Amino acid sequence: MDFFGRLTIDSLPFYSLIAASGAGVTVLGALSVMAVITYFGAWRLVVFGWVTSLDHKKIGIMYIMVALVMLMRGFIDAAMMRSQQAIAFNSDGYLPPGHFDQIFSSHGTIMIFFMAMPFLSGLINLIMPQQLGSRDVAFPFMNSISLWFTTAGAGLVLISLVIGKFSTAGWTGYPPYSGSEYTPGVGVDYWLWAVLISGIGSTMTGINFLVTIIKCRAPGMTLLRLPLFTWTVLVTSVLMIFAFPALTVACVMLALDRTAGFHFFTNAMGGNMMNYINLFWLWGHPEVYILILPAFGVFSEVVAVFSQKRLFGYISLVLATCAIGLLSFTVWLHHFFTMGSSANVNSFFGIMTTIIAVPTGVKVFDWLLTMYRGRIIFKPPMLYTIGFLVTFCIGGLSGVLLAMPPVDYLMHNTTFLIAHFHNMIIPGVLFGYLAGYMFWFPKAFGFKLNEKWGAWSFWCWIIGFYLAFMPLYVLGLLGMPRRMEHYEIAAWQPHLIVAAIGAFIILLGIVCLIVQLVVSIRDRQQALDLTGDPWNGRSLEWLTSSPPAPYNFALVPQVQSIDAFWDMKQRGVAYERPDRYVDITLPKNTFLSAVIGGAGFVFGFAMVWWIWWLALLCLATIFVAIVIRASQNDTDMVIPAAEVKAIEDARFAQLAKAPKNEMADDPGFAGQPLPEGAA
Amino acid sequence: MRQALAYRSQIILALGLALLCSGCGALTSPDLDPKGPITLAERQLLFDGLTIMMIVIVPVFIMAALFCWRYRGTNRNARYTPNLAYYWPIEILVWGVPAAIIIWLGFHLVPGTHRLDPYNPIDTGVAPLEVQAVAQDWKWLFIYPEQNIAVVNELVFPAGTPLAIKITSDTVMNSFVIPALGGQIYAMAGMQTRLHLLANEPAEMWGRNVQYSGTGFADQQFRAIATTKDDFDAWVAKVKSAADTLDAGAYETLAKPSQKVPVTYYSDVEPDLFDRIIAKWRHGDITDPAPAIPAAATAE
Repeated sequence: MDFFGRLTIDSLPFYSLIAASGAGVTVLGALSVMAVITYFGAWRLVVFGWVTSLDHKKIGIMYIMVALVMLMRGFIDAAMMRSQQAIAFNSDGYLPPGHFDQIFSSHGTIMIFFMAMPFLSGLINLIMPQQLGSRDVAFPFMNSISLWFTTAGAGLVLISLVIGKFSTAGWTGYPPYSGSEYTPGVGVDYWLWAVLISGIGSTMTGINFLVTIIKCRAPGMTLLRLPLFTWTVLVTSVLMIFAFPALTVACVMLALDRTAGFHFFTNAMGGNMMNYINLFWLWGHPEVYILILPAFGVFSEVVAVFSQKRLFGYISLVLATCAIGLLSFTVWLHHFFTMGSSANVNSFFGIMTTIIAVPTGVKVFDWLLTMYRGRIIFKPPMLYTIGFLVTFCIGGLSGVLLAMPPVDYLMHNTTFLIAHFHNMIIPGVLFGYLAGYMFWFPKAFGFKLNEKWGAWSFWCWIIGFYLAFMPLYVLGLLGMPRRMEHYEIAAWQPHLIVAAIGAFIILLGIVCLIVQLVVSIRDRQQALDLTGDPWNGRSLEWLTSSPPAPYNFALVPQVQSIDAFWDMKQRGVAYERPDRYVDITLPKNTFLSAVIGGAGFVFGFAMVWWIWWLALLCLATIFVAIVIRASQNDTDMVIPAAEVKAIEDARFAQLAKAPKNEMADDPGFAGQPLPEGAA
Repeated sequence: MRQALAYRSQIILALGLALLCSGCGALTSPDLDPKGPITLAERQLLFDGLTIMMIVIVPVFIMAALFCWRYRGTNRNARYTPNLAYYWPIEILVWGVPAAIIIWLGFHLVPGTHRLDPYNPIDTGVAPLEVQAVAQDWKWLFIYPEQNIAVVNELVFPAGTPLAIKITSDTVMNSFVIPALGGQIYAMAGMQTRLHLLANEPAEMWGRNVQYSGTGFADQQFRAIATTKDDFDAWVAKVKSAADTLDAGAYETLAKPSQKVPVTYYSDVEPDLFDRIIAKWRHGDITDPAPAIPAAATAE
């Protein structure tokens, strides 16, 4: 057996100009990041301040950085597909089939696993403990391992551009096509191990979030006083814990098929691909709710804050969230109505699917009713929310249509389906995350993002979205299948050209996001958030300073009501200083989680290329690292009361200088929180 | 009255879509211009769903626009009730209306799913034409067992005669569809699925695989031609006179991956070829456990 398994010099992508430039951009990107860090002499800060940190806020920020980088990469894939299809009428375009299929596979894989998942984990990490009035998540070390496993998976997808090829089997990796008989190369293995390793990270994330919400709430923070964002996180965590094992099992079985000659899903020898498809969607459908529920949570926070009004129908929204969580496990078969199930089976899953529209509809109406008789301020997060409300309905409509099995027989595997799920995921998931990003950015960094560029990004995204995906609905009615590298039907082309223009406008939206970030950093002194409460907020994360002290709360807050912070402001106790401070215990930085994540990355790489000795070495490293961690006694550090006092004194000195309310300048501002009934 | 309204809105919708499509060339939409009752019925269900969902969608659009305008922060004339968070009649409405729509849809969904089950034979009083379809990399093989002929990448059948298609794959998972005639069904190795279609009148349509299957996927398509009875007989005679025959050896060669395969006629077919293709993946076991499938003729 070869020392380097099946890795040879031929694995480098010099066979095609496009592949080689993709590799070049990836390598250059990595090198330039390193160069920037070196230029600023920031290696010490990066390693000791961030990589080794167990602080949930820093882990959250790192998650979101991974997500934004992968958003760029995933978008480049999308732009390549749109441009290929725009020109590929009766022509081969510029992408050969063997490259086009890698691109649609990596687009889906990246957007779901390495853009959406890290984005949501990041927002949750950053905000959820603060909303609970907690100082950290329940398991900070495991939290860090989750981050590095997710990053390891993302790294595997990126390195597949440089060494070898990526999967051609789509983001769902259906066997037997993804089996070794039909796709023997390393591509599917890259996909498998990237998904497997990050999936284990996501399972641990789910456990971590759930235990945090159950065990780490501030006194008085009963379940029915949780902010809605945290409620959605609670349900999402439960879904993660129950859904991800199905994916892990399916991927392990497929990996055994591919590497060890097993026959779980093969055509012959008693294999059955239908088992994979069931297992995959048993994870896959809850997964879309894992993605979208936290976004619903963001919308719930944003719509109340910027309507300057209490959230309408809190109990309904909580019940609807739970109902969606429960129902999400009862609908997976609607992804394959066309696999030959009986009419009764298809009817059952069709009915269950349409039922999900009820709690989702309730949510939409409750958000609208929150705006009703409010005083709406159109900051960028609110723009994204309104754009979501309108656009998401169209996606829900097409979803209900597709839930009817006979309609699905016709529309399945066409671009109508593509339009439908992008119509859920872009306005539903991504707009939610972007709203959350702009809403909570001041909390993370202490200054606000530029609102003009934020609004521009919104308008580009929403106009680009409509132009890019409405034609795909029409194309579905014209019968166009998904994943077409070229085609011979002239009537399709005009729609595909419009869709490509839409993708270009979305590109402008992404450019606006980058400009917004750069401009905001440049002008940060003019947009400082001195109070920690830039939007006149309602939940506890706005009680902390921006950025929060490492311990979030010097004194754990006492919660007496829904909208805990608003209630404290009403009672005039929000900024009371305690008589004395106490020592605060926090987890120490550690290298071990990054070591485990790094070993996970190398392990995945070794499994892809069949370098068995290296894989064993990595497993041993992970095992030893865990044993070392488990044997350590002093994993915590203590911030002495004197230091807490110093930090808090500085905080209150800043508060004294700050305006009473940072939103007061806005022409739409409706006033300070007043005692109940005074309005 | 309501039916008339629904009908009218559907016409407007169809017209709008047609305008969208025709604005840019020939109207070649199989779903907007169906050639058979199955696509027509499936499409009708789509339009029914679309219409009823407007009960929820339109209010959302109106409320979003109205509230954004009326309750903009700078409009000090609008009423402002910052603590309004619960009002029970509204709760009943927001749960009740979507639920009512879903119940209404359910009454369409269940019978529709049973009526349009692709395994249902279509009863027109005419004996159906039986065809066996085999997905290969990257082409379609159609075997006509009664006529004892086979064709690659062309499916010809008389209009008005139901088409009873048995489908399998001799490679990865495929999905068989002729959009102008009806919905799709997967083709899987070692298994058999079924599809029943009917063309109302002679027409030329396209069909293809719509489940990604590798390099040749984009060209894995065929012409589906509904003819008159006489033309069909003439076509069968033409195929019968072809020089090629499809014996086991010829099949092996054909099954190898190939792209853009021209239409090929085989005047004679190995007996039970379709069952053998399935059996190949099942340790040679020809009997299929699925009850809808008649016991296969011979074992090896």
